[in-house]
This record gives sequence, C-alpha cells and structure tokens, in this order.
Amino acid sequence: MTQKILLKDINVPGINTFDVYRKQGGYAAVEKALKTMSPDDVVEEVKKSGLRGRGGAGFPTGMKWSFLAKPEGVPRYLVCNADESEPGTFKDRYLMTHTPHTLIEGMIVSSYALGANTSYIYVRGEMMPQIRILEKAIAEAKNAGFLGKNILGSGYDLEVYVQPGGGAYICGEETALLESLEGKRGNPRIKPPFPAIAGLYGCPTVVNNVESIAAVSWIVVNGGDEYAKIGIGRSTGTKLISASGNINKPGVYEIELGLPVEEFIYSDEYCGGIANGKRLKAVVAGGSSVPILPANLILKLANGQPRLMSYESLSEGGFATGTMLGSGGFIVMDEDSCIVRNTWNFSRFYHHESCGQCSPCREGTGWMEKVLHRIEYGHGKMSDIDLLVDVAKKIEGNTICPLGDAAAWPVASAIRHFRDEFEWHVKEPNAAMEGNYGLANYADPIPVVETAN
Amino acid sequence: MLAVKEIKFSAEAQKKVDEIIARYPEGRQKSALLPVLHLAQAEFGWCSTEVMDYVASLLNISPIEVYEVASFYTMFFLKPSGKYVLEVCRTGPCCLVGAEKIMKHLEEKLGVKEGEVTSDGLFSFRGVECLAACGYGPVLQIGPEYTFYENLTENSVDELLTQLMNKN
Repeated sequence: MTQKILLKDINVPGINTFDVYRKQGGYAAVEKALKTMSPDDVVEEVKKSGLRGRGGAGFPTGMKWSFLAKPEGVPRYLVCNADESEPGTFKDRYLMTHTPHTLIEGMIVSSYALGANTSYIYVRGEMMPQIRILEKAIAEAKNAGFLGKNILGSGYDLEVYVQPGGGAYICGEETALLESLEGKRGNPRIKPPFPAIAGLYGCPTVVNNVESIAAVSWIVVNGGDEYAKIGIGRSTGTKLISASGNINKPGVYEIELGLPVEEFIYSDEYCGGIANGKRLKAVVAGGSSVPILPANLILKLANGQPRLMSYESLSEGGFATGTMLGSGGFIVMDEDSCIVRNTWNFSRFYHHESCGQCSPCREGTGWMEKVLHRIEYGHGKMSDIDLLVDVAKKIEGNTICPLGDAAAWPVASAIRHFRDEFEWHVKEPNAAMEGNYGLANYADPIPVVETAN
Repeated sequence: MLAVKEIKFSAEAQKKVDEIIARYPEGRQKSALLPVLHLAQAEFGWCSTEVMDYVASLLNISPIEVYEVASFYTMFFLKPSGKYVLEVCRTGPCCLVGAEKIMKHLEEKLGVKEGEVTSDGLFSFRGVECLAACGYGPVLQIGPEYTFYENLTENSVDELLTQLMNKN
C-alpha cells in the first residue's frame, strides 16, 4: 500500500476545517518548527529530504531555499504558485479544495524557514471557489493563533494572503507570476537575476508550487531522512499525479515515486486500465508540455526494463525515448484517440497562451497551430510535417521562458513517434475529417498490454 | 448585463478594496489591480473604459496601466457579456472525453456562436483553455461566481440551462 503524505486524511469528514485538521495532528509542524527549530534547521531538513519542486521543473527545494539572499533590512517573500493551468494537471486544485490547511500549514513553516513575514498564494483567477476556501482556512488559522503577530508566542509574525490571477497560463512561470502579482502583464523576466536575489518588489523571493510547500510540514514533523527513504534514488517522497483521458478511474492519486508506469495505468488502486476495454496508444506523462510517448515506450525502457514513475526513469533515453515527470499531469490516450487532433489542440493552447514577448514563441506557436489545423482538417501537404519540425526547432531554446519549449516539444515528439499518422492525415484527408483516425493504416502494431497483477 | 449609471463601488465592495490594498507594502498598491478588477467586473458586469478609469483612480495609477492588464488576461471582459458566462474547457484532456460535443450542443441550444451573447442577454458562451479539472471532464464554469460543473453530458447541460433560465 502506498504511503500517503499529502492525502493521508483526505477521506476524513470535515478535514477542510481547522478543527478536524488539527485533531488529525495538523499544525504540529508549526509547533515543532517555531518552538524547537531555527529557520536554518528547517531548511536543512528540507535539503535532507531530497524534495524536488513539484510544479514541473523538479529543482531541489532545499537548495532553492538556500540560494535566498538575506540582505539586512530588506523583506523576503514566499510566493506559492497555485496558478495551476498546465493541461492535464489538476492536483493543486484538488489539494486546495479538499485539504486547504495542508497548504496553509506548509506556508507557515516554509515562510518561517525563509524569514518571510508576508507571503502570498497566487491562485488561478478561475479558481474562485478555491480562493474562497483558502481565505476561510487562513482566517481559521489566524483565529487559532497560527498566523498574525507573535505566532504561538515565538516572536515570529506572518501574514498570508491569497492573490487571484486573471486567466493566463504564462503566470505559472515564476517571474511572470511575480510581474502579475505586482499588477502588471504576466511577461516573464529575463534571468538572471533570479527571484532568490531580486523577486517580488525587487526583494529576495522564493516561488514554490502548492504541492512542494504542502510536503514541507510532513518533512518537519518526521524528518528529512524519513522522507528520503520513500521513493527511489533522487526521486524521493510521494507525488500527486493527475490522471485523465481514456482511463477507467481518472482522478488525483498520491504515489510513491518509483511505481511502475504499467501498474499506475492498469491497477485498480490507480487508473484501473483503459476505458471501454480499448488498447493503450499513447501517454503524455507530465502535463501537456512534455513529450508524448507511444505505449511501448511509456511502459518499457529501451533495455526492456519497466519504466517507473520517477524523474529519472521517465526521462531516461532523452528526447528520443524519454519524457518527463513534469507536473505529474498524466494524460492517457486510447487507440481511437487522434494524435494529430490532440497535437493541434495543445498547439492552439500554447498559441493562445503565449505572452507575445519573444517573436519565436509569438509567431512560431501561431504557425504550428495553423499548419496542424490544416493537416487535421484535410488541407495539409506532406511538406507541412517537416515544416512543423523545423518551426518547433526554431522555437525551442530561443525564448525568455520555457513556454517556447513547452509549445515545441509536443509537436516535435508527436511527429517523431507518430509520423505515419500525420502522413495518413495528408494522404486521406476526408477519412481523417470524418473522425476515422486511420488505425487500419497504422503501420506499427499498437501494443496490447496485459493488466498488471 | 447590468445597466451602469454611475461607476462607484458599493460600500461593501469599497471596504473590500481597502482590505485588498492593505495586503501589499506601502506604495505597492498596483498589486491590487487584478483583485480589484475582478471586483469591478462582478459589480459592473464588464470592464468598460469608464470602469477601468475608475479602477485606475482608486489605485492611483494611470489608466493605461489598467488597460494593458485588463486586455492581457482572458478573465476580464472588454465588451458586454451575458448575465451568465458559460465557459467550456476545450483543451486536450477534456476534448478526449467529449468537450467538443458539449460546445457544439451549447451552440445549438443557445442559438449563438462562441463569443456571442444570446438575444435576451442571459447567456454568453465561450471555449476556454484548460480549467485544471482534466480528470472530471468535460467541465464548464459559470461566472461571475465561477460555479463549476463536471463530467458534463448533453442532458446535464440541458438541465443546467433550464435551471438558470428558471431563475430569471
């Protein structure tokens, strides 16, 4: 049975309220940290835990914290990135909805470690219900003396505020988020300087994902070494996976890192297999921006070993055969799913969400969307396929922020692994438009995978 | 659509504005722009030039600073919308489980194209990019409260529309 950290009490009635959360042992991390640990002790435990940023980049959280500049007389900020808008990812919404105090407790402990006296949770504007839930949780925590002045008599002061976004995916990029929090367009900043040196209002700032911050409380209570025992290799701890698409049991699952992908897809504890008895065709394992992999490559490594749900195993093989854990947005496609249509759909998303600051991204995402649209709708030329690869190459690595890469990778990887399906769309435009996605013409057999025992 | 005669927050909304401004360090009141724009849209229905100018005056910033922000973020309406804004997620995972069918169904039921307002001013309808609820798709939300509806079917959409129409 998987060890649960973030969702361990998720089925306890009323866990969204302070009283029930507290009865379940909640806010013990705040008591322990503020009464028995120095801020540096907390940072050290997080370093020992091996916790890596759960927003997508996977950078070690403790190391990120230790980069924070500490000039005298200058405020420091913790900003929680709750701007969840990567297609395929919905774990933070789930956590904030059902157990908001897990995040608030993590905010308090993390802010203490960083020496921040004011912290912000930047929530997607569309998540108004979650904003109301968090505001209620903050008020409850404050009433109980866990926020505000002189928390638990420790002399430490902290205010936590919720900031709504305005509906822009780019604000998930940390510097765009800070621009937005300053009341501006969400245009990413050129780095360096990194936020740890000059972040919010030019002050030292740490930006962490909801899930990363929420994990800190458990680490403080149980110790970094205990956290590092869970998981596999440098992928320590547990991870929330948002599972969607053509599966029997979509939802948010907390897994121990290192779980075989095949078990995640087919076991009843998790996704419960492919819906309607269909066969697995492809998976986008870490949110829409990571490379798509066909069934055989997502289930097995090149050497035939099982591919695991971990940072290292999913990326093993590089761009040719690997993908990334990313944000844990796990999108499953069955044999009837159209790769071209799905790629066009993602491309439309990135075109829509490009902030327009860099021309390769602003222009390139539009080109890719238009070319994919014409292939999907039966007006494509065979040369369009190479044109897409060429445009993707020209975007990748040539933009201020990673949105360019995020737009390029789905297109490049889809063509790399499913080129025959793109060609089929060009050759048989009418059939493609009718929704027959050409499985009969599909050159490679689609692997049929036995349900894991 | 609300008829706007005077651009002035209600006392309750103004109190909220003051609370929001107090969240930021002195001189950083521009940080309140997004939350105050949300409040303004809820109060006045959409972000007209007059509304944006009013917000600028409240935050002591120039109007252009408000225009450039309101036009960047998709949640702010720069033209009148329906009383209920139906937003259907049309991104990958939702499309895999039928979002496009739901959008087509809404177009037929409401008799308007995406982005248009029904003749009675009751509904606007538009597709939006990823509502971060991919496991419960197809999904739609309704502003200004952003009430959320999951696992939509054509029947559940019909029921929802009937409920909303009966409210008015």
